[in-house]
Amino acid sequence: MRIIETVGGDEMFRALSDPTRRTILDELADRDDQTLFEICTRLITRHGLGSTRQAISQHLEVLEAAGLIRSRREGRYKFHSIQREPLRHLADRWLDGKEH
Amino acid sequence: MRINLASAFVDDQEKALRFYTDILGFEKKTDVPAGEHRWLTVVSPEDRDGVELLLEPDAHPAARPFKEALVADGVPYTSFAVTDTRSEYERLQAAGVRFVQDPVEMGPVVAAVFDDTCGNLIQIASMVQPDGGASQSGERVG
Repeated sequence: MRIIETVGGDEMFRALSDPTRRTILDELADRDDQTLFEICTRLITRHGLGSTRQAISQHLEVLEAAGLIRSRREGRYKFHSIQREPLRHLADRWLDGKEH
Repeated sequence: MRINLASAFVDDQEKALRFYTDILGFEKKTDVPAGEHRWLTVVSPEDRDGVELLLEPDAHPAARPFKEALVADGVPYTSFAVTDTRSEYERLQAAGVRFVQDPVEMGPVVAAVFDDTCGNLIQIASMVQPDGGASQSGERVG
């Protein structure tokens, strides 16, 4: 399988290289489908991360570009959800013992 | 000087009055004609002489884009104090209220966010430990 390359492995590893972005994924794994407000409030109250809303918004864009989250509009609301599939294949290239 | 009034921009005053009284459980306090609209306030039955919430028309052209931008990001326009966010969440959900944020512990409070059907998101919050000090409304509990 060459999934990592085809979905942009570099982008995914770069997205995961940032601790704030990993914390965002932690919180979305805790509960999926969150508004930007909920994500920001969780980062502040649970992790003491005082990033601006704009900064969090940019982190979400990086995560979405890497295929790790998906943002969807539902009426007037916008929700963000974690995409687990790319993560499941993250280490296949080293774990499945096959040549690529 | 003291604060006696808070306001929420609503898209329809009559609809807002029904939601804030019938669903949320506030009481109408003042209702007088004011031009094409009304000076319309509600209060909490737990504090009838307390802060009034003005259900203010969102007719100003800047009001709606402002509200829509907040709603898209899930930002509540204001926050109300409740004794227990989780039980209030159950009650309101059973009454058909749409929540965009289910109850979650955020530091010292448990908070949830719902749609007031008039173009706003509203937060409800209670202390994680009921006797843990000042409540969200500023009154001492316990």
